[in-house]
Amino acid sequence: MFVIQIILFIFFLFAFVKVVGRFKAGEIGKMTALGWCLFWVAAMLVVILPNSTAQVAKLVGIGRGADLVVYLALAALFFIMFRMMVKIERFGKEITALTRKISLQEKDKPTAK
Amino acid sequence: MIFVIVPAYNEEKSIGRVLGGFFETQFKDESLKNMKVVVVDDGSIDNTVQIASQAGATVLRHEINRGQGAALQTGNEYALEQGASIVVHFDADGQFNPVDIESGLMTMKNKGVDVVLGSRFLDNRSKMPWSKKYLLLPISRFVNRLLTGLKLTDAHNGFRILSRKALQKINISQDRMAHNSEIVKQIKQHNLLFAEHPVEVVYAEYGQGVGGGLKILQDLLAAKFLR
Repeated sequence: MFVIQIILFIFFLFAFVKVVGRFKAGEIGKMTALGWCLFWVAAMLVVILPNSTAQVAKLVGIGRGADLVVYLALAALFFIMFRMMVKIERFGKEITALTRKISLQEKDKPTAK
Repeated sequence: MIFVIVPAYNEEKSIGRVLGGFFETQFKDESLKNMKVVVVDDGSIDNTVQIASQAGATVLRHEINRGQGAALQTGNEYALEQGASIVVHFDADGQFNPVDIESGLMTMKNKGVDVVLGSRFLDNRSKMPWSKKYLLLPISRFVNRLLTGLKLTDAHNGFRILSRKALQKINISQDRMAHNSEIVKQIKQHNLLFAEHPVEVVYAEYGQGVGGGLKILQDLLAAKFLR
């Protein structure tokens, strides 16, 4: 076993524990917690058994399992980034609408800070 | 009634002078003598609000900074609600000359248009930095023309006069500086009649440079692809 495998395994385990912690604290829902738990468990499995991805990689026409993981991770990251951008854009619009509403409602009140 | 909307963010140095300019200018048009000046304070952390109130303007306040486009839309909605017949957009940094409002209104009446857009390029009163005149603005005009479909002699000029009809049709969703191109685009979309009108712009500061222009482009493209 290589050092990098140990480091990654510990990190994924840490992430797993964090997810459980957030769930127990009631900050994330059951399904979100379950999804992330499965994700980190899968990540740990891949780290311990790196060859497990080789078969899937071959199936889709990529030489190495590690490459497949990197490609998938990149695609997922960019997609998540896009979704976050949309979300942030929408939050901005909502905040503006709220700010405007407050501003128009309070127009008759004294303006002193 | 004519409403002048002045979006202001930390403009304590110039807002008093700008508002004073409205009240001191000897307008011939009766409707201008009774015009209502509305400052939309965009979450300033300086004394903009106090100075504007003392100067006799109606002050609307954004609790947090949302950008010039957002402030203008707040002013527009307020003016609509108050029954405005005409709205003038006027910058708070002291670059515009209130005299142009009266001549702009004449243009609006004489040409029978719904929108009057200020332009620095229709007379030679504006002395702008050469890099702005010959580099930045020609590029901005070209990009705007591509994105909005309207050919104008100026780009990102904050001086506008809108009829009530235009006010009802135009909805600014671009919170930051891209609102300018958005308004032009909506003029075209709603087939509003418009005319350009020469305005004087005095440069105390450079204003928006290349960085600002790129930010506008980014906002416009984001709006195009994120819907």
